[in-house]
Amino acid sequence: MKDTAQTENPRQIWMSLLARASEGRIAALLDAALDRPGFTWLRAPEIGSTMVRGRAGGTGAPFNLGEMTVTRCALTLESGEVGHAYIQGRRKADAEAAALIDALMQTEAADHIHARVLDPLAAEQAATRAARAGKAAATKVDFFTLVRGED
Amino acid sequence: MYVAVKGGERAIENAHAWLAEERRGDTTIAELSVAQIREQLSLAVNRVMAEGSLYDPDLAALAIKQARGDLIEAIFLIRAYRTTLPRFGASEPVDTGAMACDRRISATFKDLPGGQILGPTFDYTHRLLDFKLAADGEVPEAPTQAAQTSEVPHVTGFLNREGLIEEALPDDTPPPDLTRAPLEMPADRALRLQALTRSDEGFTLGLAYSTQRGYARNHAFVGELRIGTVPVEMEIPELGFAIEIGEVTLTECETVNQFTGSKTEPPQFTRGYGLVFGQTERKAISMALVDRALRWEELGEENVGAPAQDAEFVLYHADNIQATGFLEHIKLPHYVDFQSELELVRKLRREAGADDAKEAAE
Amino acid sequence: MQADILTGGFADPAHQSAQAFRHVMEAMARPGTIHALAGAVPPAPLSPAAGALLLMLCDTETPLYLAGELDCEAVRAWIAFHTGAPLVAPGQALFAIGTWNALMPLSAYPIGTSDYPDRAATLIVECHHLTASGATLTGPGIEKTASLSLPDLRAFQDNHAQFPLGLDFFFTCGDRLAALPRSTEVR
Repeated sequence: MKDTAQTENPRQIWMSLLARASEGRIAALLDAALDRPGFTWLRAPEIGSTMVRGRAGGTGAPFNLGEMTVTRCALTLESGEVGHAYIQGRRKADAEAAALIDALMQTEAADHIHARVLDPLAAEQAATRAARAGKAAATKVDFFTLVRGED
Repeated sequence: MYVAVKGGERAIENAHAWLAEERRGDTTIAELSVAQIREQLSLAVNRVMAEGSLYDPDLAALAIKQARGDLIEAIFLIRAYRTTLPRFGASEPVDTGAMACDRRISATFKDLPGGQILGPTFDYTHRLLDFKLAADGEVPEAPTQAAQTSEVPHVTGFLNREGLIEEALPDDTPPPDLTRAPLEMPADRALRLQALTRSDEGFTLGLAYSTQRGYARNHAFVGELRIGTVPVEMEIPELGFAIEIGEVTLTECETVNQFTGSKTEPPQFTRGYGLVFGQTERKAISMALVDRALRWEELGEENVGAPAQDAEFVLYHADNIQATGFLEHIKLPHYVDFQSELELVRKLRREAGADDAKEAAE
Repeated sequence: MQADILTGGFADPAHQSAQAFRHVMEAMARPGTIHALAGAVPPAPLSPAAGALLLMLCDTETPLYLAGELDCEAVRAWIAFHTGAPLVAPGQALFAIGTWNALMPLSAYPIGTSDYPDRAATLIVECHHLTASGATLTGPGIEKTASLSLPDLRAFQDNHAQFPLGLDFFFTCGDRLAALPRSTEVR
C-alpha cells in the first residue's frame, strides 16, 4: 500500500514543503522561532542522489531520466522524537534544520513551528509560483479568427 | 597495445598551471562567479545537466567554469562526480500532466484547453545581434497577467478519446538502467529513452533532421511541447510513504506521427516522446523524432536501412563522453603501435622493391 | 517509529565500513579463515557479524531475501533505515540471510549467467557454532588445505561443480565470520 504526497498526511505535506525551501531559508525561520533543542544524530547528513523517472509518452512505461542530488539525515531529540529530512541539492545545514523541524512538529511546539516556519514557507513558495505563472499567463496567445467575407 | 611511459611530470604540472591561468583570462576583467553562470548561462547549464545525467544547477555551472565553457568537458566532469554519489533510491515517475508550465505550445491544435503559452522563447526574436546587451543595462520586468488555474492536459489525450492515436498505457515494470548494467541489444524502449535523454544534442539533432529529410521519414508534428517544473516524489523506506524531495525543470515533447496501419492495427497516429532535464527544447524535439524512428519494429513498419532506425548504431554512438573518450585517446602516446606499423610499411616497401626503383631513378 | 530501530548502525560509517570491508574481503580471499566483525548492533535475532555484513554490502540496489525467523518487523525496519535494500523473494535476491535450514532450497537463488557470473546470490548463513574444523577446503586462496565447520557437504560440492556459476557463502556466528566462495572445493 503506497501513499502518495497528494493524500492528506500532514507529515508528507510539511516534509515536501521543507524539501523545496530555498537555501538557508529553513534555518533562518527556525532560529527566529526558537532556540534549537539538543539532539543526537541517527544518520549524520549525507549527500547522495535519486534516480528521477519519467514515463514514455507521459503516461506509459517508466524509464530512467537521470539523477538529482539529494541530502538526507535523521536525528532524535532529547525528548525522543525522531526527525527525518530528504531535501534536493547538496545542503547539509538545511537538511539538519529540516530534520529538526520534522521532529519538533511531533512535540508540543508543533503549533508554534507551524505558524512561524511552515506557514511563511508555504506562503513564500506560493508567491514564487504565482509570480512565474503570472509571467507565463502574459505570454498566452489569444487567437482570433478573421471573418471571411462573402463578397 | 598499451605501454606505460614515465616522465613529463614537470611539464604536466606547468601545463596545469598555465591552463588555470588561461581559464582565468585577463585578470583586469572581473571573474565570473558560479552563480552568474547558473543564472545567466542557464541554457548551457541545462545542457550539462541533461547530458551529464545529474540535476544540480550549481554543480553544472561549476563544471562549465572549470571547463572554460567546453560543454562536453563539463559534462565529463559531472558524469565523473555522479559516480561518487551513493544512490538513495528512485523517484516515482514524474507526472508531466501536472507540470507548472512556463511554456506550452502545440503545432497541431490552435485552440486547446489550457491555451498556447509562449514562455521565454527565442522563436519570435529577430536573429540580429543586440548591441544593447554589450553595454550593461537594466532589464525591464516582464509583464504579468492573472494566472490561469485551469488544468493543462496533454494534447495527445484529446486524440486518445477518439481512438485516433495509439495509447501509452501505464505499466509499472522497473525500468532497466544503463548506468548500472551495460547497454545490451535488443534495447527496449525504456532503455532507448534513457540513452536518448542523455545523448549528445548535436548527434541527436543530426539524426532527427535525417528523418525529416527522408531517411526513415515518419511525418512528425509537434503535438505538444511543454517546459516547466514538476515535483519529484520518492518513497522513503523508513517512513513507509512517499514525500516530495524537490522539483525539477523538464522539457517534454510529444510528436504525433502518421501511421498507415498494419495487419493488426487500423490506421492511426503514433507517438514519439522526448523528455529532458532543464529548458532543452531542441534536444527534446530531436529525442522524440529519433525515439519514433527507432520504434519501426514494434509498430510493424519497414526497416528502410536509415541510420535513425538502427538502434545499435544510434545508442552506441549517441553518448558524447564515450565518443570523446575513445576519439581523444588516439592523441595520447601510441609510440609502440606506431613503431610496429612503421616496421611493417618498411618491410612491405622492401618486398615491393620500392627502394630499388627509387635508387634506379636516382 | 521507534528510535531503537534507527540506532545500531556504524557510528563512524566511513572508517567502520572500510575496516569491515577489509575483514570481509580477507575472509572471502582466504576461505575457511575466521575473522572478527564488530561495530553493528542489530536487533535480534540478527547477529552482530551479520548486521555488519548487511550494513557494508547492502544498499537500495541490492535486493535482499530474509529467510525464516529473520523476516520479522524489527529486522525489516532496521534494514530499511540503515541500508534501504528492497526485500524480495529468493529468485530475485542478490543477498539472502537466514539459518541454513531456513535458506533451503539452494536451487531457488540465481547462480549468474555465463556472460555475467557475478549476477549470482551471496548467502549469509547464521550459524550456532563456527570453528576451523570439519570439512576440508582446497582451492584458490588456500595454500594447502583449510577446515571449516560447514552445515552440509554435498550442497557445497554441487555448488562448486557449477563453477564459474554458483553461489557464494558467508557464515556468521555472534561477532565472527568466515566465507566459502564458489571456487572452493569441499571434501
